[in-house]
Parts: sequence; structure tokens; C-alpha cells
Amino acid sequence: MINVCKTFSLDREKHGLEVLVDISCRIEEGEFVSLVGPSGCGKTTLLKIIAGLERATRGRVLLDGFEIASQTDKVGLVFQEYALFPWRTTLQNIVIGLEIMGVNKKERLAAGMEYVNMFGLKGFENRYPCELSGGMQQRVAIARTLIMGPKVVLMDEPFGSLDSQTRNDLQEFLLDLWQKRQDTVLFVTHNVDEAVFLSDEILVLSKRPARIITRFQVDCPRPRDRTSVECNIIRREILSTLRGERVD
Amino acid sequence: MKFERYILPVFLLFLWQLLSYVGVIPSYLLPSPIRIIFGFKDLMFVGMPPEHLLYDHARYSLYRVAYGFGIACLVGIPLGLIMGWSERIRALIGPLIELVRPIPPLAWIPIAILWFGIGIKSAAFIIFLGTFFPILLNTISGVVAINPIFLDAARSLNAKEKDIFFKVLIPGSIPSIFLGMRIGMGIGWMTLVAAEFTGVKEGYGLGYMIMTARDIQRPDEIIAGMLVIGIIGLFINWAFGALESKIVRWR
Repeated sequence: MINVCKTFSLDREKHGLEVLVDISCRIEEGEFVSLVGPSGCGKTTLLKIIAGLERATRGRVLLDGFEIASQTDKVGLVFQEYALFPWRTTLQNIVIGLEIMGVNKKERLAAGMEYVNMFGLKGFENRYPCELSGGMQQRVAIARTLIMGPKVVLMDEPFGSLDSQTRNDLQEFLLDLWQKRQDTVLFVTHNVDEAVFLSDEILVLSKRPARIITRFQVDCPRPRDRTSVECNIIRREILSTLRGERVD
Repeated sequence: MKFERYILPVFLLFLWQLLSYVGVIPSYLLPSPIRIIFGFKDLMFVGMPPEHLLYDHARYSLYRVAYGFGIACLVGIPLGLIMGWSERIRALIGPLIELVRPIPPLAWIPIAILWFGIGIKSAAFIIFLGTFFPILLNTISGVVAINPIFLDAARSLNAKEKDIFFKVLIPGSIPSIFLGMRIGMGIGWMTLVAAEFTGVKEGYGLGYMIMTARDIQRPDEIIAGMLVIGIIGLFINWAFGALESKIVRWR
């Protein structure tokens, strides 16, 4: 079993600004955990620390008992703005991680095409990101991360800039994928509905400097109905917690 | 609607021809359009000076530009990538470049002749100076302007500095590099003609050609030569645009 332990007690000082305070949590293998919090509370910073892209001022991030102190391919990160390389086609974007790893061309293209198909991007593999819709771009970005087989997938408001229909479709697509692959996901969002629909557990962060105020177990059976009574109860509780954290 | 844009130029050409014909415009100052066409014909088939044909002048000029421009690319692009990449190297070399850059390329002609003598090397050196700075500065700004999220994305896929340099910084700055090459080429072409005014060893070059035409008072050939220089410049710019849109297909 994989124990993804994140024990932070950090006091990040960026230009003297405290962003995250003593954030500790533990995520089990195969769990889908969401982080919800007011915008600008430091969620992105937290993900960057977990991904090893930034250092914590204090505290440590542990994956399977080993500390993550620098960039690693064990942790994947999906960005809100997709961050696809505009000069690469869909397929070239998806395989760039394998390319960096040094996988030979034939193998990586085969693997890439498999992901192109799995992500419903067939026919678009030779298109450039600017020719794709927002939903497609985000699927490319998720494929680019998952093809590396990371032990933990971090997602930073991945559906934040999509229209609500596309957003719902992608949520379902992601859940489907997650149930098949059993990935461990840490999903950041400021959309409570999204968190309730997707997660096993929801951590609610305070406004800056961020700490974890409460955690909710979401026990509603899957597949979930967005409008069910159980979902609504949790949603109401989270919303009322967040109300106290409004940015003034 | 399209033909409307031609009305004014065609009208002016007619007016010019008419005024030349009735003698209002003296032909030793400004020959008529038809005489310029004949001047062009003479440049093509008689040559200026005789037996030095237009085609060869253009060939020599293009060769000089390509020489200087090529070296400017070979030095400017890698240096620009490195300076864009490393703030420290930028701080180290930047001030020196800012000091040399405002000196007009033509002001280098005397020293270029002293160093390289009259010939292809000094001409290429002047072209190099004209083209180098736009290429360098645009390459630097292309690298600096790359969205940091691409660096994070690459690092999250465990890209090492080498991967980031070759897979993010270089492709990401290509549009800007092209812009620099295009601007540089334009300046280089302008500089060339001026550099050729001061003398060429081989007896060829478009700048040299129109200076010779002046010496023997052939204003028709001067203006025909000027037009050729302009048209070649236009063509080079067009060719760069075409090459750019072929390579930068993702824009």
C-alpha cells in the first residue's frame, strides 16, 4: 500500500507574506481528495510544493515515506491554463514527458496514440493546441500527465476556465478514468459542487494564510447524482464553512 | 474595389510622364517613367559600367548580405538564447552591448576598411553590425517572454535544464527570433548599399552600380537601380514571411 503522507508545518514567507500555515494531511493510495478554499489562498503554492517545484519554508512532503524535495516524475501536475506547449501538436504534447525520459521514438508514439484514443482525441493528434477547444486542450494536458504513470496526480483547478457543460462532461470523464486506473488524485478547486461530485474526501482551506479548517468525508455512493439530497447536505455544510472565510 | 488602390499611382505615373514630356520636369533631374524603363533595360543588357550586368551586381550584393547576415545569425541566436536564459550572463554582457549598439553601422566603415581592407570582408562586417543587434535583442526578449508556466509544466514532467533549454526555450522563442532576423535583414540590406558606396574591390554591387551611374550622369539608371534595390528588399522580406509561416505553423 502506498502512503502518501503530506506533513507540512510551513510558514512560507514570500515577500514576508505568510501563505500556508501548518498544513498536514495524509492521502491514501487510490483516493480522490479535493482541496477547496477561497481564491488566492495559496492552493497553487501548496501544489507546487508537493510537486517539488517550490520549496517549503518548513515542513516536509513525503511520498511512500520518501521526502519530495525537488522535481520528480512520481508526482504529476495538471495546470488550470493547461500549459500545453503551443509549438507541439496534441501527440507531441502528450509524449513530451516520455521524450524527456529518453523513451525511444517508436515506443513513445505508440504509447502516445494509446492515450490519444483513450482521451477521445483521435483525429486531433496532429493539431496544435490553438486549434483545439478548451475541453480538448485540458484532456491533452491530463493525458500528458497521466502517461507518465505518476503515483500522485495533482490538479490545479483544471476545469476552472471551461463552460459548465464541458466542465460536467470532463468531470465525468475524469471520474471514469480514475475508477479504471485507480490513480491517487489531489484536486484543487474553488467550486464546491465539483468537489462534492468528485471526491472521497474534501479538505477546506481558510483564506490566506491558509490552514485546513475542516475535512469532510463524502460517502455518497458512486455514480453520484449531483442533485441528490446527500450531496446537497455536504455542499451546504461546506458552503457555510466557506462563508466565514470570504475574502474581505 | 480592388482596383481603386491602383488609381492614384497610375494617375501619378501618367502625370509624371506628361510633365516630363512637355519639359516641366527636367530630365537630368528626374527622367520620365519610360526613360527609367529603358535605363533598366540598359542595366540588364549593357551593364553599368558596361559589361557589368545588373544580375551580377545583385548577385554580389546578395552574397555580401548573406555572408554578414549568416555570421550575425550564427553568433546572435546562440548568444541571445544564453543571455535570455541566464540573468547573470545578461548582466555581464548586456552593458557592453548597450554601449556598442548605438554606433551606426556606417560609422564603422572607416575602421572596417582599416581592419579588413576594401572587399567582401569589410562589407560583410558592416552588414554583420547592422543585423547582429536586432537578432540578438529579439532572441533575448523571445526567451525572456516565455510564459513561466511552460517551465513549471516541463519541470513537473521532470525536465532537466538541458531539456528546458532545447524543448521549451528554443521552440518558444522561434517567432521572436524570426522577427529579429527579418528586422536584421531589412537593416542589413539598407546598410549594404551604403557600404558599397564607399567602394568595392570586385567592381560589382548594387550600391556601387548606382554610384557609377551618377558619375557618368545616367539618372535613369540611378532610379532604375534604386527600384531594383527596393524590389529585392521587398522580395527578401516576403520570403522571410513565407518561411516563417511555414515553420511557425502553430501561431
